[in-house]
Amino acid sequence: MISQAVIKEFERILGKEKVFLDETDRHTYSYDAAVLEPVLPSVVLRPTSSEELGRLVRICNENSIPLTVRGAGTNLSGGTIPKKGGAVVLTNALNKILEINTEDLYAIVQPGVVTAKFAAAVEAKGLFYPPDPGSQAVSTLGGNVAENAGGLRGLKYGVTRDYVMGLEFFDVNGEIVKTGSRTVKCVTGYNLAALMVGSEGTLGVFDKIILKLIPMPTGRKAMMAIFDNVIKASETVAAIIAHRIVPATLEFMDNFTIRTVEDYSRVGLPTDAAALLLIEVDGHPAQVEEDAAKVESICREMGAMKIRVAQDAAERDKVWEARRAALSALAKLKPTVVLEDATVPRSKIPAMIQALEEISRRFNLTIGTFGHAGDGNLHPTILTDKRNKEEWHRVEAAIDAIFDKALGLGGTLSGEHGIGMAKSRYLEKETSKGTILFSRRIKAALDPKGILNPGKIIGE
Amino acid sequence: MQDMKKLAQLLKEVEDQLVVCMRCGMCQSVCPVFAETGRESDVARGKLALLDGLLQEMFKDPTGVQDRLSRCLLCGSCAANCPSGVKVLDIFIKARAIITNYVGLSPLKKIIFRKMLSQPELFDRLLEWGSKFQGIFVKPVDDLLGTSCARFVSPLGDRHFSSLAPEPFHRMVPSLDTPAGASGLKVAFFTGCVIDKVFPRIGTAALRTLKHHGVGVFIPKEVGCCGIPALSSGDTDTFNKLILHNLKGFGSRNFDYLVTACATCTSTIKKLWPTMAEELTPGELDRVKALAEKTMDISQFLVEKVGVKPEAAGETGEKTLITYHDPCHLKKSLGIAVQPRTVIQANPSYRFKEMKEADKCCGCGGSFNLQYYDLSSAIGKHKRDNIVDSGCSVVATSCPACMLQISDMLSQAGDRVEVKHAIEIYAESLDKK
Ligand SMILES: Cc1cc2nc3c(=O)[nH]c(=O)nc-3n(C[C@H](O)[C@H](O)[C@H](O)COP(=O)(O)OP(=O)(O)OC[C@H]3O[C@@H](n4cnc5c(N)ncnc54)[C@H](O)[C@@H]3O)c2cc1C
Ligand code: SF4
Ligand code: SF4
Ligand code: SF4
Repeated sequence: MISQAVIKEFERILGKEKVFLDETDRHTYSYDAAVLEPVLPSVVLRPTSSEELGRLVRICNENSIPLTVRGAGTNLSGGTIPKKGGAVVLTNALNKILEINTEDLYAIVQPGVVTAKFAAAVEAKGLFYPPDPGSQAVSTLGGNVAENAGGLRGLKYGVTRDYVMGLEFFDVNGEIVKTGSRTVKCVTGYNLAALMVGSEGTLGVFDKIILKLIPMPTGRKAMMAIFDNVIKASETVAAIIAHRIVPATLEFMDNFTIRTVEDYSRVGLPTDAAALLLIEVDGHPAQVEEDAAKVESICREMGAMKIRVAQDAAERDKVWEARRAALSALAKLKPTVVLEDATVPRSKIPAMIQALEEISRRFNLTIGTFGHAGDGNLHPTILTDKRNKEEWHRVEAAIDAIFDKALGLGGTLSGEHGIGMAKSRYLEKETSKGTILFSRRIKAALDPKGILNPGKIIGE
Repeated sequence: MQDMKKLAQLLKEVEDQLVVCMRCGMCQSVCPVFAETGRESDVARGKLALLDGLLQEMFKDPTGVQDRLSRCLLCGSCAANCPSGVKVLDIFIKARAIITNYVGLSPLKKIIFRKMLSQPELFDRLLEWGSKFQGIFVKPVDDLLGTSCARFVSPLGDRHFSSLAPEPFHRMVPSLDTPAGASGLKVAFFTGCVIDKVFPRIGTAALRTLKHHGVGVFIPKEVGCCGIPALSSGDTDTFNKLILHNLKGFGSRNFDYLVTACATCTSTIKKLWPTMAEELTPGELDRVKALAEKTMDISQFLVEKVGVKPEAAGETGEKTLITYHDPCHLKKSLGIAVQPRTVIQANPSYRFKEMKEADKCCGCGGSFNLQYYDLSSAIGKHKRDNIVDSGCSVVATSCPACMLQISDMLSQAGDRVEVKHAIEIYAESLDKK
């Protein structure tokens, strides 16, 4: 519980209307996009300036109040569930793009800026910010940095980490810490950004983010390669890269997902195909033509039944519409959707896909698989109804099996959705006891009272 | 407060629909209320979570949830954008009814719905008096938009509202029954309250158009409100009464389509009458369903059934720049967006220009505007900005309720932009044909 005196202090700093105490309001900050039990915070705070944000962090620390920062609450690993109650601090009023520098190619933003709005503002100036998580229409840049979010373009352009040039964040005492710079090269001091990106709100609270921008590629070409055999499709992924072509996007969809998407959006997908690869190459128009032709011939050699190359922007949009509809289409089949995030080295995708099919059979569950095959990041999506307890047990067992397999293949627990609460218990399996102890020592040094997003990543 | 267990049981009715929400948060990107407040309880995900909380008996008092549930325009933007296909509006409307039945209707709403709206004749008479005496209480502020504001401190605040018409539509045309002409078609025309009482000129334009195209028209003597104000406040009693009243009016008369010029009426009759009507006999329900099947927006009727086409881009002198606002109830609820634009483009005196975010809600939302005027006008101001940025001198739309809101916003800002219904624009061109 938080004392009345502290609540008064919050109200004095923020004004009453930005301090939510009512149980109904607090209830709406007890969950995020992960399928986990909600936990009620004691108070929800909505600062509108950096100064307010810093003061809130300090007060929480002084009074040992657990503090969970929340952007849009779209993370899929329980990162914003206030596991120990306490305060949820919203960043969505800290949503200004402070600068877009078209000469030096960087931008400075507040953490609550919505990703898609930022990407559009940058694009309006002829520049490009590639990280494009599926949630970009609502997710915040602060949340993206804290989760090190990726997207469809991860293969060629990398993930959020690759665009963070600098950070300003509040440490647990409410002191501002700066790392990185506006220069492309900067080796001043410890590389704190490397530690903070992906820290899921457990080490500090971002206040400003300096992001790298790049020129917008001038040409793009998309195609759809259709396979009658899942393994052939997944082997093609590695083959393309082995030929030294790095598409901007290389996505996979299994037969179940294809049929579901087609049922739902009628974009003309081949429902009899065992699997699809959706591929886009970008860059200089001449290079794009060359790469597209090469990709096409590799797909043919690898045994694609058919290849449809988008002839214009409208057809290209259709290809991506199909991919973007995947989650929606699957989500409509059953009440509960568990979107997992198994990631393996590219060459192991065929094995992983085979394993997923086997797991689906073994646990008698409906699993649709799609994802960023190009970077080994698959999204096996389990369709279920959480209320069916017996089935839910099987879902949990299947999730365990999926991670075991991914780790067994030299993969990782999370390609992009973070660890949060959902996967912290698997962490030791991927790393080691020593890694967890080391991480806990860092946490203890930076947050001795353990108030910053407690219980996440490294457990308690 | 009564037993929360009982309320939870009542809410079981929506449980199957509630669990469909996967809490992805994607509704945040389109909810106009959330865009203003940034509060999770203002977006669909938050409201659905609250209903789930009620269902799990997590709250001591349902009025907190009821309050948050009422902070919603029922614009349907969230549902149209939801990856999971959550039937957000159905859930909200049903839940409002369940909770309202449980805690009781507020005394003011009781008077408005039960004593006025559900008795159409009395409602008409009251508003006719209102129209006669409105000059005492209000003064005109904008000749172009026909708006007024309060003379004295009033519950209407600083609204610029469209005045009640000196003569309502149902006085001009108490009833009508003309045979099908050249088109071979006959329609029933559902006027709707706002057209009847504030914008009878829309009704007149609709009738002129139908006549021009040789369409027979039936308007019964006995029609009332479509019932959405009562339903959205959870008063299913009044809603059901109004459906029955209207059913009697349209009766078993023969007509090909039921046409309206009010987006809200169209979507209410088409979508809510058949699904939300309770306590109807199976026979009545069948008739309601048949009526819903036949219901159409007037521009949809003109384009799809009469064959109205956009005018070829011939030069006929000076053209007036016009833009169009998509009413949520037409575009998001019924998917009708092309037809009204076609109808507008059929008038060669205008040049059509899209505004930014044409399908973003204007913020009216019926009783939302009365209850949360500040929020409603904050949303409306974005619409106003987009209209003004388009540089057009006329903005057309297909819902008289949107017209009220847009007129208020433009009038308060002192903009010289006319607000018209798409059918008025089309009817203007008929003079020249
Ligand atoms: C439909 C859907 C599609 C998705 N697609 C993708 C995808 O393609 N790729 C991908 O990587 N993820 C994806 N995600 C997951 C999610 O959107 C990302 O993790 C995203 O980065 C979360 O952003 P957010 O603003 O919602 O952050 P939140 O969920 O609010 O927070 C995430 C974490 O960041 C912390 N945090 C937030 N702001 C700050 C701050 N200012 N300082 C410190 N910590 C902070 C929080 O405490 C929390 O631990 C998807 C989710 C959904 C629902
Ligand atoms: S978009 Fe749909 S599924 Fe997602 S949170 Fe909103 S209502 Fe729920
Ligand atoms: S109906 Fe409109 S106002 Fe209500 S929650 Fe959905 S988008 Fe928001
Ligand atoms: S929708 Fe509005 S205008 Fe139309 S009849 Fe109902 S209340 Fe009246």
